[in-house]
Parts: sequence; structure tokens; C-alpha cells
Amino acid sequence: MNRLPLAVLAALAFAAPHALAQDANLARNLAATCANCHGTNGAARGEMKVLAGVKADTLIAMINDYKAGTQPASIMHQISKGYTDEQIKLIAGYFAAQQPRK
Amino acid sequence: MNFDRHTDLSRRRLLGAGFAISGLALAGCASAPSSGPSIGRVVIIGGGFGGSTAAHHLKLWGGNVDVTLVERNPDFISCPISNLVIGGHKQMADITRGYDGLRALGVKVVQAEVSAIDAAGKKVRLAGGGELAYDRLILSPGIDFMLDGIGGLAAALDSGRITHSWKAGPQTVALRRQLEAMPDGGVFAMSIPKVPYRCPPGPYERACMVASYFKVAKPRSKVLVLDANPEITSKKGLFEKAFKDHYAGIIEYRANNELKSVDGTTAKLEFDDVKANVLNVIPPQRAGDIARSAGLVNMNDRWVGVNWLTMESTARPFIHVLGDATFPAPLMPKSGHMANQHAKVAAAAIIQLLKGEAVNATPVVMNTCYSFVTARDAVHVASVHQFDAKEMTFKTVPGSGGVSAAASQVEGRYALSWAENIWADMLAL
Repeated sequence: MNRLPLAVLAALAFAAPHALAQDANLARNLAATCANCHGTNGAARGEMKVLAGVKADTLIAMINDYKAGTQPASIMHQISKGYTDEQIKLIAGYFAAQQPRK
Repeated sequence: MNFDRHTDLSRRRLLGAGFAISGLALAGCASAPSSGPSIGRVVIIGGGFGGSTAAHHLKLWGGNVDVTLVERNPDFISCPISNLVIGGHKQMADITRGYDGLRALGVKVVQAEVSAIDAAGKKVRLAGGGELAYDRLILSPGIDFMLDGIGGLAAALDSGRITHSWKAGPQTVALRRQLEAMPDGGVFAMSIPKVPYRCPPGPYERACMVASYFKVAKPRSKVLVLDANPEITSKKGLFEKAFKDHYAGIIEYRANNELKSVDGTTAKLEFDDVKANVLNVIPPQRAGDIARSAGLVNMNDRWVGVNWLTMESTARPFIHVLGDATFPAPLMPKSGHMANQHAKVAAAAIIQLLKGEAVNATPVVMNTCYSFVTARDAVHVASVHQFDAKEMTFKTVPGSGGVSAAASQVEGRYALSWAENIWADMLAL
């Protein structure tokens, strides 16, 4: 939130319901950047890891291991470092609330 | 910034009887899909990686947005993975998907060519007649070719003697047939334009795929890569290793070899001529022609400048442009993956603009590009781009992203899974 320009903060302050919606959208929007590989809302197909329904703490720990290099990866050690801890938290919270494909 | 929040609100209040008073309240709870009046009309031109993703996510996130997708082809055919068709490792059916998933979500899919965009009147004209009015237009036109600088190329492409195969479809099939018909001991030459062009690693993947076919089926044949660039433009070390490890004696790579003209299937370069049995020319590129005729091309006379918070054109309001047609942020590749990411930024912003809300001030986009170096082994390049509010552009995060340590079968499987997942994410499969 501290990175939002003043105009946006003002808009949020004057529209309380929208401010909540904005927060929900931020997690959704961030999680959507993962969907190209991990499926819409984390409901992955094929060999990609399903993220939908994974507990937030589990996902955060996994990402931190990729960032630290303690979990070997083909690509996630590079991608995970592009996101802040706060963003990873939002993404993990969003995926935890999603359903995998039936 | 030109968010036009108030203009939009007042226009929306005029849209339908009974909507004027309750408009704001409804917009606040529009997450229930397809209930209540429409919050606005969005027309999307182009059903590729950008446009289809936008259509899906407008429906997924916006609920009752009227979405019309105009696409000239009956089905989506993917450029990513099409080099495997050229190499004989996949069939056209493997890279073809339909628009029924989007239709099921309520997207109106119109198979038509767009003849003009009336930016002032906020209307799209269709070549077969008819108009589509919009509150917001999304244009995801991909690229078109700049043929004037290469003598004889336009006529050779028209005649079918030379292929570009840089838009997947009949051109993919045509090149595959030429390779099948080529005698063993023949020469396949391909020309790569100077950067920027669509899919930076794509040409080198193509060289590998054609060589993988020759290695098995026509082992005395050659692949000659004529690159206008001073070196391999993406995943350089990985492709050099693949050329050496798998295709020594088959692939010959020549840097700084810019194509000047073509004569039959002979490539004429600055200092010499290269006779080929099959000549594949990837021409220099610019934003799709419809962007040009709509007056949107305002960067280097080739690309469309956009506001990265909304993907709205910096040349014309209410028109959002996605994908390869845009003038990129620093180190942002022209890829299907990136077009999909652009589309999500645009879809989120357009829903908020239609509702009169503030748009997301901290968007993130990322890219992953897999390339096959053999029928089974692939390599990747990845990057993450965070919005920089000071410079109003996306910037890669220092220390993030990178390329594969080495080609592997694991990444080959991931590449195919990537395709399945992104096609589903675009087309609501």
C-alpha cells in the first residue's frame, strides 16, 4: 500500500467498499501472473504444480525455499525472486481459497 | 493520466433505462456473473494470446461486461509449439484450439475482418458490413510485415515459393510440406530480421527443429541460418551448445547476414548470394496494420505506445493495445506469454474504469519462454517485470529471471504443459 500514488490513496479513502475490492483485486491480479503455467486460478493441468487449494503457509514456505536456493528448481528459483514477500503472501492467500480442477 | 472516469460514468448512465440511478450500487457488487445490467461494452479485435485472454478475464472478473471478440480465423492456432509441427514432431491439431470456451462464458465471437476503427465515434467497422459500438476497445493485432526493404519478397510470399511461417496456420503447413518435398542433400536457409521482432528465440528453435528432422530423415541436408543480428538474440549459449552438440555439420550459423532481396529461392545478401532449396524468410515486423490505419502507431513509426497501468494507447483514448504491437517496456519480450499478461492488466483496468474505480497502481507482469532444441529437450528464459511508478513503466527485478542451466527433457515436458495451461487460460478451455 505504501507504493500507491496519492491520487490512488485518495480514491481509496473516499470509496471504502472499493478500497476492499482493490485489495481483493491485487491478490487476484498477482495470482493471475502465475496462471500461464499453473492454470487459471491455480487449477493447473499436465505436469505443472496445482496451486489451487494449497495452504498459504505451505506455498509461502515453498517459494522461500526457491528464493533461498534450498529447493532445487528448473525455473522457479528465478521467477520467485521477482516477487516481494508481501506479494507472495497475497498470491498464497488467493490460491489457498481456490478449487483444483475436478 | 487519462482514465476518463467521470466521462465513462456519465456515458454509462445513459446506456440503459433504469440503470442511471442504481448504476454505482450495482457496479459495487458485480462479482456475481451475468446478473444485472451490463456495466459496459468491450469490443476486442484479435483472438490470439492477448485478445482471447482479455475476453476470458473480462468475463471471469467483470461479470456482466458485454464482450465481443472479433477474429478473422475460425480457430486459434498457436505460434508457440508450431516449430514442432515444422520439425514433424507435432501435428496442426496439436496447436489448434477453438473459441467455444469463450462462447460458453457469454463472449460473442464474431468471425470477421475489421475494416476500420472509428476512434471518435467509438465504433468498429467490419469488412463484411456492420458496426460494433464500444465503451472500451481492446486491440491485440499482433504483427504485420515490412516487406518493402527486401526486393522480390512480397511477390515470393504471395506466390507461396517462400514462406515466413511467422504466423501459425497455413504458413506452418506450407513450410512443413516444402521440407518434406526437399531432396536429401538440399539446403534449407532461413533469414532472421534485426531485433525487435516477435518471439526472439523462435528462429533459433526453428533451426533446431528443422535440423532435428534432417538429422533423421535427410542427413546430408543443411540448415543455413542467416541472421541480420550480430549474434543469437536470445538464449545464446544454450542455442550455440545445441547447434554444436546435436547438429554439428547440419546447422551453419552466420551473423550479420541481412537479407537484401530474394530471387527464386536464392537469398541475396550484401556480399554474396545463398542458393537454397527451401528459403524461409522471417521479415522485419511492425504493429498489425489495423493499428496503423487507426492512427495508433506513435513509436518509431512501428509500434503503439501504451500507458502500462491500463494498456490504453497513448495516441487515442478508450483503445487498449496488447502484445506484440506495443512499444515494449525495457527488456520486455514480444511473446504470447507477455501478451497474455498484458491482457490481464487491461482486463482488470477496464473493469475498474467501467465501474469508475481507481485502477491497480502496482501491476506485475512476467514472461516465460520455452524453446525446444530437440524433439524432447527444451530451454527457457524467464523474467519478472514490476511497475515503476516514477518512470511509469515496467522494469525487470534485479536478481530475478534468467535462462536454463542446460537443456533438459524435464523442461520439454514443462514446455508442453505450459502450452496447455496458457491455451486454457486464454480460451477458457
